[in-house]
Amino acid sequence: MAGKDKKSSDAKLNSYRTGPDEQGHFGLFGGRFVAETLMPLILDLEKAYNDAKADPAFHAELTDLLTHYGGRPSPLYYAERLTEHFREVAAAQGGKGGAKIYFKRDELNHTGSHKINNTLGQILLARRMGKTRIIAETGAGQHGVAVATVCARFGLPCEIFMGATDVKRQSPNVARMYMLGAKVNAVTSGAGTLKDAMNEALRDWVTNVHDTYYIIGTAAGPHPYPELVRDFQSVIGKETREQILEREGRLPDTLVACIGGGSNAIGLFHPFLDDEGVAIYGVEAGGHGLDVENGHAASMSGGKPGVLHGNRTYLLQDADGQILEGHSISAGLDYPGVGPEHSWLKATGRVNYVPITDKEALDAFQLCARQEGIIPALEPSHALGYVTKLAPTLPRDNLLVMNMCGRGDKDVFAVAGYLGMTI
Amino acid sequence: MTKETRIDRRFAALKTEGRKALVCFVTAGDPDADTFAKLLAELPKAGADIIEVGMPFSDPMADGPAIQAASLRALKSGQTMVKTLAMVANFRKTDPDTPIVLMGYYNPVYVYPVDKFLDEAAAAGVDGLIIVDVPPEADEELCLPAMERGLNFIRLTTPTTDAKRLPTVLTNTSGFVYYVSITGITGAAAPVVNDVHSQVARIKGATELPVVVGFGVRTGEQAAALAKGADGVVVGSALVSAIKDSLGPNGDATAKTVPAVVDLVKSLSQALKPV
Repeated sequence: MAGKDKKSSDAKLNSYRTGPDEQGHFGLFGGRFVAETLMPLILDLEKAYNDAKADPAFHAELTDLLTHYGGRPSPLYYAERLTEHFREVAAAQGGKGGAKIYFKRDELNHTGSHKINNTLGQILLARRMGKTRIIAETGAGQHGVAVATVCARFGLPCEIFMGATDVKRQSPNVARMYMLGAKVNAVTSGAGTLKDAMNEALRDWVTNVHDTYYIIGTAAGPHPYPELVRDFQSVIGKETREQILEREGRLPDTLVACIGGGSNAIGLFHPFLDDEGVAIYGVEAGGHGLDVENGHAASMSGGKPGVLHGNRTYLLQDADGQILEGHSISAGLDYPGVGPEHSWLKATGRVNYVPITDKEALDAFQLCARQEGIIPALEPSHALGYVTKLAPTLPRDNLLVMNMCGRGDKDVFAVAGYLGMTI
Repeated sequence: MTKETRIDRRFAALKTEGRKALVCFVTAGDPDADTFAKLLAELPKAGADIIEVGMPFSDPMADGPAIQAASLRALKSGQTMVKTLAMVANFRKTDPDTPIVLMGYYNPVYVYPVDKFLDEAAAAGVDGLIIVDVPPEADEELCLPAMERGLNFIRLTTPTTDAKRLPTVLTNTSGFVYYVSITGITGAAAPVVNDVHSQVARIKGATELPVVVGFGVRTGEQAAALAKGADGVVVGSALVSAIKDSLGPNGDATAKTVPAVVDLVKSLSQALKPV
């Protein structure tokens, strides 16, 4: 173990973009902690993914789908009124700052979030592996919808596991999944949220391992999932890089993205990790506040390393290693773990991870709707919540890109409820 | 190789007697600490040759509803790893021979942390470990340190463990090999007896270790059929279901709880006796 840790700390001097190692480790984090029944399949998946990565036909098919079906590239949008707003805030505090705000508009993708980037990639992998049935977990339902969508597109039967609590608070997405032909299983174990949905999906997978492919929705789980989901989502950062160079003639100074499992964030961050001048912020769900026990879902800011769902990573847990349910207003961030690469990026100090509370996210949600005419999902509202704090403190020539990873249609009824609006 | 353990001695004795091992799984602290301690003490007398003690976990991903519920009952009653180890140590005061295997998931062991857990488990009289989510690829962080302390690290082999992978799985396995009779979670579909026989024969061809069959074993008749060609069977979900069915309206243990499990173990033991 000591030797392994040393190797990774040496590696970081050269690059943050070489992980994981052949066993799926990002430093201490990652790995393959699954039951033996799944190990042969996980190893098959690794092989299939390595083959696909080296196959130009795979990339060509994926790019074609992302373009003509997914709607990529997504725009990089200069949020002019928000930029002005933050400059006014800075001025009111006696400052002269206020960063220039860009949104990477991944909420404009087909299905309304970044999730389609990953599900298109994985459904092609499932087909390569000859799998005939698809399962997935979902929290907010964005991933579930994206999976149901690609299953409809490729004619594969699909079962989605979703916590019963989330089924209630994200009912528009449940309806969409049904309309797309998916079966939605409401999971009642635990608190009925994303973690429980993932447990149940793993139980299904271990039972139907011979014909079933599990499309994990975030850059977490056993190796090679964190790597392959990151790779599929990195299209976000690659496009951002090209687009900002074209618009501004230089790289951004600041990147901000929300973190549940962290797939949209790693997708934006990864292509910039070796650019020293780019400050990177991952925004976790602070719920009722980090000082409220079991009242948040900020696994890195308020948890400690552990092993769950196939990987070693930061987890919300009690002193006895029992996993806590956590809490967030956002179903998509309401998960007690995080992708292992984020845990490693926290440990190395390359990325700053910060919490934003439910209330701060709700305020940002409203600000964005009124200032920009964009109704964000509650997940990127957390990212914007942090931008609200950060942008006024940055100089005016600071280029800040925030990933607008999902649109808020699914959240409007829940938010109306929180705000006491009657519709 | 680890030195001879209680598990090795128990299988040697069973072989001499011409008997199959009845391995009984119960979850530590289910339904409460006192009832569990009584139950643990009764199991060897009822015919349990080896006892697997489940370390309760909030997220038992490989378990079906019966063992999930047992885990939650135990946690609700206040079970912790410290208490689980203390229960084994107490059991050892009066039973120096019956092997105890701790079974569960890695996280509670990892955060204990590992070295402290292994030291205390060995000192408490634990004989083996089954940690469902630590594959052989991660042997150096748990399996090898356990072996250094004289603990058997017992591995699950499954219908998906093919010929290519089997040697990897068997490499650092000791005590016995646990054959998972189905692809699925504990307590799920009944295994197909003939498939199990051929798979067990395949595993026995690759190892000298005893092979026991588990997952989905509910009745004495089924246990006897599955044990043919193997060295024993594991019964778990059926026992914790018996606990659940014996509970009072508030979920508390009743006078029926311990006898319900003991009676079931007796009947399973009887069914496994050589004819």
